Amino acid sequence: MTITLSIQRFNPETDSAPYFREYAVQVEPTDRVLDALMRVKSFQDGSLAFRKSCGHGVCGSDAMIIDGKERLACKTLVRDVASSEGQVVRIQPLKHLPVQRDLMVDQGEFFARWRLVKPYLISDQPVPEGRERLQSPEQRLAFEDPTKCILCAACFSACPILDGKNPRFIGPAAIANAARFVFDSRDTGLSARRPALDQPDGVWGCENHFECTRVCPRGIKVTKNINLTKRRLGG
Amino acid sequence: MTRHEYEVVVVGAGGAGLYAALEASRGARTAVVSKLHPMRSHTGAAQGGIGAALGNVEEDKPEWHAFDTVKGGDYLVDQRSAVILADDAVRAVYDLENRGLPFSRTPQGKIDQRRFGGHTRNHGEAPVRRSCYAADRTGHMILQTLYQQCIKNEVAFFDEFQVLDVLLEGRQAAGLVALELSTGELHLFRAKALLLATGGFGQMFRTTSNAYANTGDGPALLARRGVPLQDMEFFQFHPTGIRGLGILITEGVRGEGGILRNRRGERFMERYAPTLLDLAPRDLISRAIMEEILAGNGARGDRRIDDYVFLDATHLGKPLIEAKLPDIAEFCRTYLGLDPAEKPMPIQPTAHYAMGGIPTDLDGRVLADEAGTPIEGLYAAGECACVSVHGANRLGTNSLVDLVVFGRRAGQHIAGYVKGASLAPVGKDSAGPARERLAELKDGKKGPHGGQLRERMRDVMMEKVGIYRKGPAMAQALEELAALRQEYRAVRAQDASRVFDNDVLEILELGHLLDLALVTAASAQARTESRGGHAREDYPQRDDQRWLKHTLAWLEPGGVRLGYKGVDLSVWQPKPRTY
Repeated sequence: MTITLSIQRFNPETDSAPYFREYAVQVEPTDRVLDALMRVKSFQDGSLAFRKSCGHGVCGSDAMIIDGKERLACKTLVRDVASSEGQVVRIQPLKHLPVQRDLMVDQGEFFARWRLVKPYLISDQPVPEGRERLQSPEQRLAFEDPTKCILCAACFSACPILDGKNPRFIGPAAIANAARFVFDSRDTGLSARRPALDQPDGVWGCENHFECTRVCPRGIKVTKNINLTKRRLGG
Repeated sequence: MTRHEYEVVVVGAGGAGLYAALEASRGARTAVVSKLHPMRSHTGAAQGGIGAALGNVEEDKPEWHAFDTVKGGDYLVDQRSAVILADDAVRAVYDLENRGLPFSRTPQGKIDQRRFGGHTRNHGEAPVRRSCYAADRTGHMILQTLYQQCIKNEVAFFDEFQVLDVLLEGRQAAGLVALELSTGELHLFRAKALLLATGGFGQMFRTTSNAYANTGDGPALLARRGVPLQDMEFFQFHPTGIRGLGILITEGVRGEGGILRNRRGERFMERYAPTLLDLAPRDLISRAIMEEILAGNGARGDRRIDDYVFLDATHLGKPLIEAKLPDIAEFCRTYLGLDPAEKPMPIQPTAHYAMGGIPTDLDGRVLADEAGTPIEGLYAAGECACVSVHGANRLGTNSLVDLVVFGRRAGQHIAGYVKGASLAPVGKDSAGPARERLAELKDGKKGPHGGQLRERMRDVMMEKVGIYRKGPAMAQALEELAALRQEYRAVRAQDASRVFDNDVLEILELGHLLDLALVTAASAQARTESRGGHAREDYPQRDDQRWLKHTLAWLEPGGVRLGYKGVDLSVWQPKPRTY
């Protein structure tokens, strides 16, 4: 079938403001939206710019707003967003980050806030000589959920707090990545992370809108992880 | 043009590049240059595990792991490499755990291990549980852990910089030229040591598990600078890609008990590998699947090469699948609309891994010739390199081992090397060739679009240099590739801007793939035997008499020149390879 992609275009070298341009593309319902974008780029308009890499939802390159919702283009099938011939699917870059070009946003600020939580194992325990630290399956399970994060920034775009109420909010992904370590039995870095987390721009900026959880392409219960982190900091 | 001087520059931010950077940066100013943000690197897509003889759940020894690696590689493995790989794998896995990698655990709290293809107890007796895993996201966790450590150690990163040229002065590395994608600006990096860790090049095939970024930039750039490429005819087809898409379904599914079945529901591996069955090495299983398809036992039964078979995990039960193979279940739901706990998965072989690449010694130093002369200050590690630890066929889990073992060794060697080395001089206009090439791509002439050429290359490679090969078809492939390379010279960018001109990037990547496809086809056509991943219908036997040797291929203006060098057989004598 043929669908129309209405894609937000912006080239800082030539455009003063973003605009939408439409492309008719031949697709199968089971094609990925990424396939449709690539067909536009390869055969209609080589100037269209977007990121892609793994093509199956594990590298986090191609998060964008498809049909009004943050999704990965490679993990969204055409049939998820279009069911009839000629249907128009709107594609836009993520919000809350500056557009570099077309569907590409500058994720620098997103990664800068992620770094604030010290997203690496911090331990004051001695490293065992020539073997692993022990950890029970239950202890391992306690932080399983946030290990799935691919830092695609979909949640950062969807978070309503960042819409205006508090643009300096550290963001859902950073807190989920803090939770990844805070609930790891091998980690003793809570106090090192507290300055970034235990403040109005940290966990307390979250108001439980659940948009991060709704859009997370990895199915992480982001809001729950934020609330667990709040409880750990408060207690 | 911006100029930079570092002691060490690493190209590529996957597992090998990051591990090397961690080691090198302990004593030397180190920068990592990558066309992707490090978190997007393809190491993150590895699923099933990293092999190491920890013996956490049953008896195991590094010596068994080394032997399996040699036999799995059909004896084209350099055996000291395999011994180092297996010995050091144990330390590497503990190191990753100590750095925070969240491995799955045994009830006793140790790193859990599962079965994987070709990994056996006592030289082939039965499958052994050797693969250390973190659910089916082991590569994701390795990439995350190494990047986290680089952040902690403040390694300098140049993200989204595409390398255009590697500068050599005689037999010494001098630096590289890179394009900053966000601005279109050229950068010159001078360094005492360069390490290439640019990953694989499966994008040359129609059906592949590889990322779009896996275009072999490092090997292609070096080949153009006169460095030979080793064993390029050996490309692995993983047996279980999702039908049509090529997305990887980990061997871990079979490690947990999954079974391959044909249209009649028959467990056909009983006929091909009576001992290891569904856990035989990948080359053997991919060929078995093709045999079933060609015999009319595929799902459709039409004997066409794009037919498929089934991977059945329904008997494993939903709880096990969701706990140990959650991403696989998710891929099936997303792309196939099925639950693997309820229905078998439709699968077919998918181009997965380059055993060949840039020849290196055990410390990652790039070798310039048959005699093994190193190029001073030039290193390679990971999939783009060939240390030769995988020989003619890589065992599952050994790619991740390769990254962390040889990435680390290269980083350590570099740290020592740069102490006594100085910057090599670079020519007056060393960025000239790269600048001219970019200008040519944007000179406004009308040319064909690269997209069409890419599609044709992928079909040629899949059909004529794929799982089964024969002389006449490969001769035809070589002609078609030569024609494509000719047409490629007329390709021009459609995009006039400088900011994120991905059109130029993709044209450059296509050029790399075309060069490597030519080298692959030429190396394959010359090797008149079948060994590991190189299976010739016209030469079905392994021929140790004539072909127990490594191929070296030089890309030259008139075509590909071939040479050969010996295999390190210092530990085990070659035997027939049965499972």
